[in-house]
Amino acid sequence: MSSLETPLHKVRGLGASHSGTGHFWRERLTSAALIPLSLWFAYAVVGLIDTNEVTIVSFLAKPWNAILMGLFVVISFYHLGLGLQQILDDYVHAPGMKLFLRLVVTVVWIIASVIAVFALVRIAAL
Amino acid sequence: MADHPQKTGARARPLSPHLTIYRWQVTMLASITHRVTGAGLGLGALVLVWWLVAISNGPEGYDNFMGYAETPLGLLILFGFTWALAFHFLNGIRHLAWDLGYGFEKHTATRTGSLVYVLSVVLAVAIFAFAWTGHGGYLQ
Repeated sequence: MSSLETPLHKVRGLGASHSGTGHFWRERLTSAALIPLSLWFAYAVVGLIDTNEVTIVSFLAKPWNAILMGLFVVISFYHLGLGLQQILDDYVHAPGMKLFLRLVVTVVWIIASVIAVFALVRIAAL
Repeated sequence: MADHPQKTGARARPLSPHLTIYRWQVTMLASITHRVTGAGLGLGALVLVWWLVAISNGPEGYDNFMGYAETPLGLLILFGFTWALAFHFLNGIRHLAWDLGYGFEKHTATRTGSLVYVLSVVLAVAIFAFAWTGHGGYLQ
């Protein structure tokens, strides 16, 4: 998509959060991607209820299931980061605190994503 | 970065009315609920990571996780995540429709807002009822 920024905005480089259209667009893209992924996730989790550890491991060890679960987790966390940033932009007014909380959010979602993907790799190797 | 809007400027400037001024409506409640469920689902995502790590730790890890998940409080929390995901999913589609230019008319937005509340509860209860009556576990 070409830029939706106005020329004035480009020159100033300012806005509610120093950017905006990119954030808006990424939020829409990730939410659209999460529609089919959430449906798959619900199908998978309900299908694994009342089964056992062996069934769950063999399900998650299948390549497509591992890939879909990985995509669901990572895209969900990316989408979460965007959403929490928007909440911080709206409600935290002190610039230093805003930057700090944004860093915390970003660090936590990236670490959690890496842990989830690593767990999926370990499950595939079980 | 703008400072607090109420502190900028040499003289007091008019402010738009804040939340507390308005009569509560379905549309604004749905908007707030969308944010709250979104933030809540962040905790849900962390529980999902915990579940994956527990499984990757083998049978003992899985049993340990289930020991927490199958308590009444655990099930209540999982039901909360289920409803939150149902709501955020349905209301998210409502937001995407607006972005595409559909359903933004005042009465339509009010109606779809109420609909999202009803459908999200129905969906969450249906999923739990489905699993509770032994229809889950079809991937075995």
